[in-house]
Amino acid sequence: MSILAKMKMQPLLSVRDLSKFYGGRIGCADVGFDLYPGEVLGVVGESGSGKSTLLSCLAGHLAPDRGEVIFDTQEGPRDTVQMAEAARRRLARTDWAYVHQNPRDGLRMGVSAGGNVGERLMAVGARHYGQIRGAAVDWLGRVEIAADRVDDRPSAFSGGMQQRLQIARNLVTGPRLVFMDEPTGGLDVSVQARLLDLLRGLVREMGLSAIIVTHDLAVVRLLADRLMVMKGGYVVEQGLTDQVLDDPQHAYTQLLVSSVLQV
Amino acid sequence: MTDQTAYNFAYLDEQTKRMIRRAILKGVAIPGYQVPFASREMPMPYGWGTGGVQVTAACLVPEDRLKVIDQGADDTTNAVSIRRFFQRTAGVAVTEATAEATVIQTRHRIPETPLTEGQILVYQVPIPEPLRFLEPRETETRKMHELEDYGLMHVKLYEDISRHGQIATAYDYPVKVEGRYVMDPSPIPKFDNPKLGGNAAIQLFGAGREQRIYALPPYTQAISLDFDDYPFTASKADHACDLCGAPDSYLDEVITDDQGSRMFVCSDTDFCASRRAAGHVGPMGAPSAGAAEE
Repeated sequence: MSILAKMKMQPLLSVRDLSKFYGGRIGCADVGFDLYPGEVLGVVGESGSGKSTLLSCLAGHLAPDRGEVIFDTQEGPRDTVQMAEAARRRLARTDWAYVHQNPRDGLRMGVSAGGNVGERLMAVGARHYGQIRGAAVDWLGRVEIAADRVDDRPSAFSGGMQQRLQIARNLVTGPRLVFMDEPTGGLDVSVQARLLDLLRGLVREMGLSAIIVTHDLAVVRLLADRLMVMKGGYVVEQGLTDQVLDDPQHAYTQLLVSSVLQV
Repeated sequence: MTDQTAYNFAYLDEQTKRMIRRAILKGVAIPGYQVPFASREMPMPYGWGTGGVQVTAACLVPEDRLKVIDQGADDTTNAVSIRRFFQRTAGVAVTEATAEATVIQTRHRIPETPLTEGQILVYQVPIPEPLRFLEPRETETRKMHELEDYGLMHVKLYEDISRHGQIATAYDYPVKVEGRYVMDPSPIPKFDNPKLGGNAAIQLFGAGREQRIYALPPYTQAISLDFDDYPFTASKADHACDLCGAPDSYLDEVITDDQGSRMFVCSDTDFCASRRAAGHVGPMGAPSAGAAEE
């Protein structure tokens, strides 16, 4: 057996029976999947289908009521639900990244672009101003923001630039797993296309694993290797992206695919 | 006849002092940790040192000798009124000499004369939370202290350098205490920061409006935050005192007329006066009365 195959045996993230209830209502229920290194998983579904709840539970923002989320940490697989908060936060600023739908939620609007990108570096112990600034300028370049904007505040940036800045801020520490909540929401189509191009490049280049929550099927078609369709808190169908989109089995998936407007 | 209308010793009732002393003891046990306490209404407005006054009241004993300074001066409104407050309500002896005092309440300065073992330095603190202007949520800042999540503190310093080319924070400069808690030293000039660590005196910090007490026990390590390539420097006006000629004390700039003339004088009035009494004279100073008699 090749080394690659052996590596493939160990999932980066392994989710079992994850459930979250809001009182009597279901947030998400009995979700389970494995995510392997370098793989991009798309989660689609209509509003209120539990996509964002699921993502928040995975990223540790919400405490699930049941189930386990096993992440392959540097010290071996650990259940992040049972983990102490300090350890979970350390993961959140080293191995994980979280891209919010609204860049204003993920950025510090009162702090310059360089400070935003440098924050995670400083949080993990970087104490050399020149190096932090160098890394910030480098990352701004990688997300196509001009180096002379490094001292501008995000409030002076356009929506698309803010979203790219948020991505730079998250990827600067070289995370292994990125959570994205509607990364292209609220952007116009040409800006969306550039952002998707950029994301696809970064994901391939850095070998990132990602979980992308979206209601935009075009986004998952472009980015995701595998797809999970949710409805009413349950996963109704999952499989390879092209397989699910081209040959949907579940009635709801068929509805979803046929609802896309053709230009 | 006992005087039924008199104040209890040092104004506060004994139960309140007990509660404050417990908070102080906890603060001393966990250097740099902000201990919540049930701050009382004091007969002065918030911002005038209500926290410091309560800490001082809880520390005072009848044998104490109290000194109160405001920006280093013994003779400004805040200092005079608090000193008189304790003269009336506690009847303790007062002094202006740093070395003679057993309890010193201060606003925004650490005296130039080195403090000694047995002395207590009480700071008035307006905003005890060093992370306040970076993270507005109190629940979140407490979590950050709990988890030692202090990356944000350096973001502030980073912003300073990127905007001003140097760390422009000149007062209220954050320190890390014993490698654990990041602490706000109250708005003392960063010139005074090196005196926080390894000090022989007990340093107590009281924030009345924010209801927090914290402490630095004697000889505690307190390191000012900085970057490797932008190290912390204790800055002061590049001048010597015009009255006493001291080259190494923290200076106030005083504008003397509307023609733009100005002079630099020690902010610590006791330090300046005792130097002049010892015969030191600065460029604009006249020999003091005591020195002239010789």
